[in-house]
Amino acid sequence: MTLADLKRGEQGIIKDVSSIHIPLKLLEMGCLPGNAVELVQVAPFADPMYLNINGTHLAIRKETAIHIVIEIVNG
Amino acid sequence: MGKQINVALIGNPNTGKTSVFNALTGLNQKVGNYPGITVEKKEGICKLPRGVKAHIIDLPGTYSLNASSLDENVVIELLLNKNDKDFPDVAVVVSDVEHLKRNLLLFTQIKDLEIPSILVINMSDRMAYKGISLDIPYLEKQLNTKIALVSTRKNNGISELKELITNYKELSTEPCMNASSIDEAYFNNLREAFPNQLLYKLWLVITQDVNFGKTDRKTIEDVSNFKTKTNADLKRLQQKETIKRYQFINDTLKKGQTIDLKSAKDLRIRFDRILTHKVWGYLIFGIILLTIFQAIYDWSGVPMDFIDESFASLGEWVKSILPEGAFTNLLAEGIIPGLGGIVIFIPQIAFLFLFISILEESGYMSRVVFLMDRIMRRFGLSGKSVVPLMSGTACAIPAIMATRNIESWKERLITILVTPFTTCSARLPVYLIIISLVIPEGRVLGLSYQALTLMLLYLIGFGAAVGSAWILNKVLKIKSKSFFVVEMPNYKVPLIKNVALTVLEKTKAFIFGAGKIILAISIVLWFLASYGPGDDFNKAEEIVTEQHASDNLSEDELQQKIASHKLEHSFIGITGRAIEPAIRPLGYDWKIGIAIVSSFAAREVFVGTLATIYSVGSDEEETIKNRMAGEVNPILGGPLFNFASGISLLLFYAFAMQCMSTLAIVKRETNSWKWPLYQLVVMSAFAYIVALAAFQFLK
Repeated sequence: MTLADLKRGEQGIIKDVSSIHIPLKLLEMGCLPGNAVELVQVAPFADPMYLNINGTHLAIRKETAIHIVIEIVNG
Repeated sequence: MGKQINVALIGNPNTGKTSVFNALTGLNQKVGNYPGITVEKKEGICKLPRGVKAHIIDLPGTYSLNASSLDENVVIELLLNKNDKDFPDVAVVVSDVEHLKRNLLLFTQIKDLEIPSILVINMSDRMAYKGISLDIPYLEKQLNTKIALVSTRKNNGISELKELITNYKELSTEPCMNASSIDEAYFNNLREAFPNQLLYKLWLVITQDVNFGKTDRKTIEDVSNFKTKTNADLKRLQQKETIKRYQFINDTLKKGQTIDLKSAKDLRIRFDRILTHKVWGYLIFGIILLTIFQAIYDWSGVPMDFIDESFASLGEWVKSILPEGAFTNLLAEGIIPGLGGIVIFIPQIAFLFLFISILEESGYMSRVVFLMDRIMRRFGLSGKSVVPLMSGTACAIPAIMATRNIESWKERLITILVTPFTTCSARLPVYLIIISLVIPEGRVLGLSYQALTLMLLYLIGFGAAVGSAWILNKVLKIKSKSFFVVEMPNYKVPLIKNVALTVLEKTKAFIFGAGKIILAISIVLWFLASYGPGDDFNKAEEIVTEQHASDNLSEDELQQKIASHKLEHSFIGITGRAIEPAIRPLGYDWKIGIAIVSSFAAREVFVGTLATIYSVGSDEEETIKNRMAGEVNPILGGPLFNFASGISLLLFYAFAMQCMSTLAIVKRETNSWKWPLYQLVVMSAFAYIVALAAFQFLK
């Protein structure tokens, strides 16, 4: 499953970010394999997504989120 | 005078880097531009212990040395170019104690460039609150650096930082990790091909498209048998590098930092639950916007009137003390009103920047970007376009510069192209005077027709911006990767010092930037209106006196007749009558035509031009207004400014691209004349057609 499937309040662990569609900047901000990710808030139509990745809060669009593979830890 | 140390402040956005800069330099700072580009260059002087001085440069915020924007390029180009006069003797890397992990990424990269570096851990006052404790000696050893714990809010640690800068020669230049292990073979080849160059510097040159000195990516490809990799391979290596760096940082922080999650409190969640809410979020944003507009108009009215009157009396005063002559007239009728036309906008601009900088400093702006992204995207814009469109209501120039953090070129270009449609403060004087002439005074539901018309004009401007964005999105065939990453920083109470300095700086930039053009235009206008060819102009007094010999006019009335006769035969009058056929179908006469033409320099010239043309002695709006109300349409009869021509004029000003400074900024930001010319032609043609249709339909 990918980050786009995460529901509000759920937490996941990032598994893979090797896709060419993920900007380097996102990795630099901490979006890396092994890091915890939580969905804080979504805008209408679930896009963009407001995330907490390992303590860094950021918003990305759904079109980027579908390229980030995750695993859900608690739901 | 001791030696001056070059210091570069570098750091992630939202780390309080500018607060550190302000704390070090105070008012000893100036803002300029990097040569050839419009990236702001902030530099200042700081007095250090023992008579040493430091030249401090505040580099644009960046998350890493992998540039994805013009602003970030500046950082890399400076750090790679040892011959640059600003090349730092010491790099001060500013980090935020709550995001140390992420901030250290940039720090490890700078260490790899072997520049002496100091690590500032800012916002240290939040440590107890967040349950963070740090083992500073351990971190200093692991990172091979000196650390200054700073709190700009509590004013702690600045003197320790100054002490460290003074002793910069004692800092280690050893990297703290080995990044080349991501691809040993590749980096060994690179080292062999360029034995005299710093390895990490070469790597940055290969992965970025930056120019520095004589070495760029191409020369590396040309020289020797060294093979560079494909872009996809390079990107994969960059990803590997980032992961590698984070491994090192995680290992370091595992021992050097402990976070007691139990004592960590976070207000953010409570705030965000409301401020980014699907309903309340938008409602609150709307209320904030309304409050800002209301405040700008309410608060700036008094100082604007004061400035207006002061300049009017200054002009009179100059006329009364200097001997009569062309120079005095130029000063009193050209330059002083011209300067007044700049200064009068200071209150509005200052208030607008006050609000915008408070919204940005507090962290709220990122929430607006988040809320608006989806809606704006439908029109080919980005959530980040909201900031330019909002600041465009003050002036399109800073607004267009604010588009720089939009990652996608297409979204950024569209934002730049449509921003001039938003109702900027220069349109306001034009709107106000025409509305008061042609819109009746009645009320509906307690709201006056005039206020409603003004609001409608703002909505039309915004609608035109969004509508044309939608069309441009369909028409423009630009392939650009659209990615969108926006950090959601913590909420903070804005620091008064930061807000005040921003307002001061931006207002100054407005006066000296746009001001120069307004001033130049007013001088040119004065010349064109004060001189003319032939007897009709030069013997105006005799001609008019003869014509009205039997009319029994008072001295004043006669002088006015002479003045308007002169104007009609001045260079500007001749030009005006030449263009009259083109604007007559819109309901205007040649005088309005001249006002429109001069408005292409800057819209706010309109009222001033009409004031001169109608040869009204004073600058009071009331008299100009009466004069305008009394003008008769030469063809159709009846008042010149009636409902039809007034609406036509309002619509013309709403849509036409009449601002040379904006065109100049668009040229600089898009790096081509194509886009500003496109704006000029399309917007003005559209304005003409709409104004024509409105007048023909309503007359």
